[in-house]
Amino acid sequence: MAELLNMSGIDKAFAGVSALSGASLEIAPGEVHALIGQNGAGKSTLIKILTGVYRRDGGVIRFNGAETVLNSPREAQEAGIATIYQELNLVPLRSVTENVIMGYEPKWFGVLINWKEAHKRTREILARFGIDIDVRAPLGSYSTAIQQLVAIARAVSLDARLVIMDEPTSSLDASEVEVLFGVVKGLREAGVSVLYVSHFLDELFEICDRVTTMRDGCTVDCRDIAGTTKLELIAAMLGRDAEEIESAGMTEFGGGAAGEKGEVLLQAEGVSTGPRLNDFNMTLHRGEIIGLGGLLGAGRTEAARAIFGVDRLTKGTIKMKGNGTGLDTPSAAISAGFGYLTEDRKAEGIIPDMSVRENLTLALLPKLKKGGQIDRARERKLVERYIEALGIKTANMEQPIRELSGGNQQKVLLARWLAIDPDVLILDEPTRGVDVGAKREIQAIIRDAVQNGVGVVLISSEFEEIVEGADRIIVLNEGRIVTELTNPGITEDALVRALAHTEGQAA
Amino acid sequence: MTTQDANLKARRDPSFEWGPFLRKNGGVVALAVILIFNIIVTPNFLQMQTLFVNISQVATIAIVAMGMTLVIATGGIDLSVGAIMALAGALAPLIFLSDFGQSYPALGIAAAIALPLVAALACGLFNGILVANLKVQPIIATLILFISGRGIAQVLTNGNLQTFSNPSFSYLGTGKVLGLPFQGWLALAIACVLYLVMTRTTFGRYVLAIGGNERAAELSGGPVKRVKIGVYMICGALSGLAGLIVVAINSASDAARNGNLMELDAIAAAVVGGALLQGGRAPIFGAILGAVIIQLVKYTLLANGVEDEVALIAKALIILAAVYVQQARKE
Repeated sequence: MAELLNMSGIDKAFAGVSALSGASLEIAPGEVHALIGQNGAGKSTLIKILTGVYRRDGGVIRFNGAETVLNSPREAQEAGIATIYQELNLVPLRSVTENVIMGYEPKWFGVLINWKEAHKRTREILARFGIDIDVRAPLGSYSTAIQQLVAIARAVSLDARLVIMDEPTSSLDASEVEVLFGVVKGLREAGVSVLYVSHFLDELFEICDRVTTMRDGCTVDCRDIAGTTKLELIAAMLGRDAEEIESAGMTEFGGGAAGEKGEVLLQAEGVSTGPRLNDFNMTLHRGEIIGLGGLLGAGRTEAARAIFGVDRLTKGTIKMKGNGTGLDTPSAAISAGFGYLTEDRKAEGIIPDMSVRENLTLALLPKLKKGGQIDRARERKLVERYIEALGIKTANMEQPIRELSGGNQQKVLLARWLAIDPDVLILDEPTRGVDVGAKREIQAIIRDAVQNGVGVVLISSEFEEIVEGADRIIVLNEGRIVTELTNPGITEDALVRALAHTEGQAA
Repeated sequence: MTTQDANLKARRDPSFEWGPFLRKNGGVVALAVILIFNIIVTPNFLQMQTLFVNISQVATIAIVAMGMTLVIATGGIDLSVGAIMALAGALAPLIFLSDFGQSYPALGIAAAIALPLVAALACGLFNGILVANLKVQPIIATLILFISGRGIAQVLTNGNLQTFSNPSFSYLGTGKVLGLPFQGWLALAIACVLYLVMTRTTFGRYVLAIGGNERAAELSGGPVKRVKIGVYMICGALSGLAGLIVVAINSASDAARNGNLMELDAIAAAVVGGALLQGGRAPIFGAILGAVIIQLVKYTLLANGVEDEVALIAKALIILAAVYVQQARKE
């Protein structure tokens, strides 16, 4: 089969850390090709090399039969590679026409824009995708789906041979997804290839022809989508064999030894916050760890945000020790005994310019008040204690937190929540982006907290972490609970099966 | 331990480097340069009179700049300070010149100070609610009072200049304590209080946390809305106070000119003093330093016969330099 694109042996390193090593990707003309992989597998790096954003360190790219060097997004576009980003790079306040023809306007005498012709051309381009809208209206007045289609239309009108779509459905609802799929199929019929990146594996079976899987910077698998299963895709993504079971001792949790259950702390019933979380139920006891399993976008973080009062509930109730009134803001949740270690340490966790001390006591401040002032002596003593207890490596407590390593920042944030003496700790990816040593230390800290009676809701993309850490795992898919697994007896295999939505999970 | 640190530091600095030193102490160095320049060039600079004039004029800028510093520390900005000055300044004479104020002079003075401050607080509350609850961009939210506040003041006074002679009220702007202007001491006292607020209270901690990372502050239970409204109210009240002082200095209230372009002076002073426009830093005494620098540059040019318009350009250059230094500091 003649290939449209052939990338092979692609290497790329950032500051000496390898992001891609020998990665490859082949796409045939008129093919819808899926690219999947965990976070950090190298998908986006590979795409950015393909679109000229990054320069490769090694390897060969052949596009359209010839070896190609793409040094900038502009060059990639001119070669016929168009990218539809998650964040649309269009101008919402300008008209549809302007967005479609921007940079390629038909002109009178080469100076003035021929608007009549421009509108007509835009309508023609959109008609090919079955879109009939007022092209003079501002683009922003249309739904995200339409905007996305306009972006695709623009790409194709520039004679794209390959359209790259990065998580195109993440902000679309079901009917909009249908429209998008129609367009993707239309592109395939017109002989245009599509590289489709998505975390929603079910979609792939609907529209893709082949799927390439990446893991740890390498291309590990490429196969026809017909004749494969979701379980096999997940196994390939995670690098686990479907038969491979039990991997004891990979974390500091030491297996989910289910002890006596303490009193009920948190009760969530029928909680919904929107399309990404529906009818969520959970009962958390003292000294228990409940894991939330699921792939990215399954609704795990949404569940955490709902419990902590960040997102408004559209349905359902959340109770803390039987009391459910006024848990609708983070500060109310904190007073009720909740702590929430967020997934995005940089955007939602640290205050970069503040000191370790100030970051550590941020959630505790209301309780540190004494006579209208912060009790600074107590603050210092407390910070000192946590720095020692958690082994936080910092020059002193006045060092700005931004100067600490990721693992130590994470420990400070953990200390921020431990300091309020919480009943329930929600931990969203507590060990993401920290090195192995710090990871085990953080896991040990969590284990100690649980032994002291804290109830933990644990979200982690690292399977061994929740398999070994959690007493129970609630598995989510597309915002709904799929199943619940109970330790002892949970294996990664069982979790993977549950994620894949297959029948007969091991219980 | 501390001596060891000092030793380490001394050993680490074999040769003195100007770049980092200037970046860290730019404000103080600038002040020193201006002072030396004046001592050499400006006639009669080293006089008590010079000190007196400058303190009485810098106090209002400093007071407003401190409020502005707090607002900027949360990542906001307040364009309405000048208009609030005009409004507060217009209200005061209306009150003590009223029948009530004439019949009960003492009560009249008290009301003439308290009520304008309450009005200024209300203006701050309005700004704060727009910013915190309605999520209007600060520059737009405060633009509303920037435009309408002065308008209201002019309507209240029918656009007239109100002159008066009221020694007890004028003490605000002409009184002396230990031979120096009363308002200078007032500014210093406010600075001390605000410094304690910023370093010792949870409110101060939250102000900096919000400016540093608003999402994180909110998710850590910080009362983001209340704190934001708080800083705009403090800024409003301080602007009102500055408006009263200006009226007291002149023994006249001119709603059209009171506090005119003060927002720019205050922002400039805050930035020169080391406030970061993206928030997260609130150097209170820096704001005073910034105000002094701006005042002295104005004075220097004026005293040497340079025209007012040129002084504006000089001010722009100072801001440019301050922002440049900030950028360099970030690297």
